[in-house]
Amino acid sequence: MIWNSSAEFFAMGGYGLYVWGSFGVCALAMIVEPFLVKKRHNQILQTLRHQVLAEKLEKETL
Amino acid sequence: MNAILAVARRDLLMVMRRKSEVLTALFFFVIVTSLFPLGIGPEPTLLRKIAPGVLWVAALLATMLGLQRMFAADHADGTLEQMAISPTPLVMLVVGKIGAHWLVSGLPLVLVAPVLGIQFDLDGSALGVLVVALLLGTPLLSLIGSIGAALTLGVRGGGVLLSLLVLPLFIPALIFGAGAVEAHISGLGAGGHLSLLAAMLALAVFFAPWATTAALRIALE
Amino acid sequence: MSNRLINWFRFASPHNFYPLAGRMIPVFWTLSALFGIAGLWMGFFVAPTDAQQGEGYRIIFVHVPTSWLSMFIYMVMATWSGIGLSLNARLSSMMAQALAPTGALMAFLSLWTGAFWGKPMWGTWWVWDARLTSELILFFLYLGFMALQASIDDPRRADKAGAIVALVGAVNVPIIYFSVKWWNTLHQGSSINLAKSSMAVTMLWGMLLMALCFWMYSIAMALTRVRTIILERETHTDWVKELPEVKT
Repeated sequence: MIWNSSAEFFAMGGYGLYVWGSFGVCALAMIVEPFLVKKRHNQILQTLRHQVLAEKLEKETL
Repeated sequence: MNAILAVARRDLLMVMRRKSEVLTALFFFVIVTSLFPLGIGPEPTLLRKIAPGVLWVAALLATMLGLQRMFAADHADGTLEQMAISPTPLVMLVVGKIGAHWLVSGLPLVLVAPVLGIQFDLDGSALGVLVVALLLGTPLLSLIGSIGAALTLGVRGGGVLLSLLVLPLFIPALIFGAGAVEAHISGLGAGGHLSLLAAMLALAVFFAPWATTAALRIALE
Repeated sequence: MSNRLINWFRFASPHNFYPLAGRMIPVFWTLSALFGIAGLWMGFFVAPTDAQQGEGYRIIFVHVPTSWLSMFIYMVMATWSGIGLSLNARLSSMMAQALAPTGALMAFLSLWTGAFWGKPMWGTWWVWDARLTSELILFFLYLGFMALQASIDDPRRADKAGAIVALVGAVNVPIIYFSVKWWNTLHQGSSINLAKSSMAVTMLWGMLLMALCFWMYSIAMALTRVRTIILERETHTDWVKELPEVKT
């Protein structure tokens, strides 16, 4: 173990802002990107569901 | 060869009937170069330092302005489709169009640049290097730009999109073109830069027309 | 023709690739997590403090992987684009379209982490060193690809036009990198030298593991996104309408 305490770990020898600023943004990106893709996926599923429903109703009324 | 010249002559004729377009790009070049000293200050040593970069960036932007003209008019009135289905290979016709575009957009810049260079207190030999660099660089810009012009034919937001596509590809030309003049001024000699510029031009002459032709066919589908 | 050969080409159809991708995604997420844990462990608890840069150097464990990935993804994207253009394969073009945003994100992260590394080390948030400048231009190339595809309505035309942009860009990336390197050495000399002199083995391992982590993540993201793109572009087909998630 290199770090003597968790405080030392977070301080990163004075470079804390930069190290955590970097890792933090990467982690954030790796959460936001999947979230956005999932959202887009759900949107198209919704559209498709409506489409299937509309076709079903159309067939029934004929 | 005849086809290339025929297409080039036709384009030049069309431009001669509408000289304003050409002159606008040229005036843009002149005005933009004049803006920099106005924005930065008239100190000659500073101006001499920034001159190659400023002149080259202005040349880039002026070329960009004229790129859409290459294919837009012919695309709009159906001439481009006729060119695509004609027995002459489309590549030849594209080469003719690019050549005409350079004569109209690039060559005037090369001719006017020395005058603007004087505004920046560049000496005679530096102006000479500038002219050679632009002579090699402006056809390169027309060739690379033609790919972007073909890709964005009839596309929404064409002009700005064209800039976004084409400016990153212009960067090597900018680096070596401006670098040539700077190298000459600092005594290192412009030979290396100019050779690389010439090499890039040779590559572009061979490959760009093919890419442009492919892009045109995609746009015409 | 053996059966196995036919099997692979089956997956060139969106219809067959969709479920395959669906099964692969959790695998890649798991791999990404495992490599990530290993990499972070290496990077924070095993790799020693750097003599010159103190703890700040640890940013390389994200900066270098994101840089590598941004360039790698661009090449892969250009390859799929080229295959889609030359073989007229829809799915290949869809894959290129799926890779672009992730690649652009990697380029952005590379620039961000590069700036955050530069500030404490060299004093400014941005330096015009060859690598960062090339990375910026690569970011522009990604944006151009995405912007062009977004502005063309017809999907097949967008695929083909995008392919030309990606291929021309791919050819230009080495030229751009070389010219920027030349430009940089002329103007700045050797004042900036990313810590490459003597890297402890543990540092290299950390970088490698983190690179694998980002790589697996990118594959997972691309596969997820391509599934969405497949659904968006195949709305008219029967198999899409028969999907369990659509029939609710």
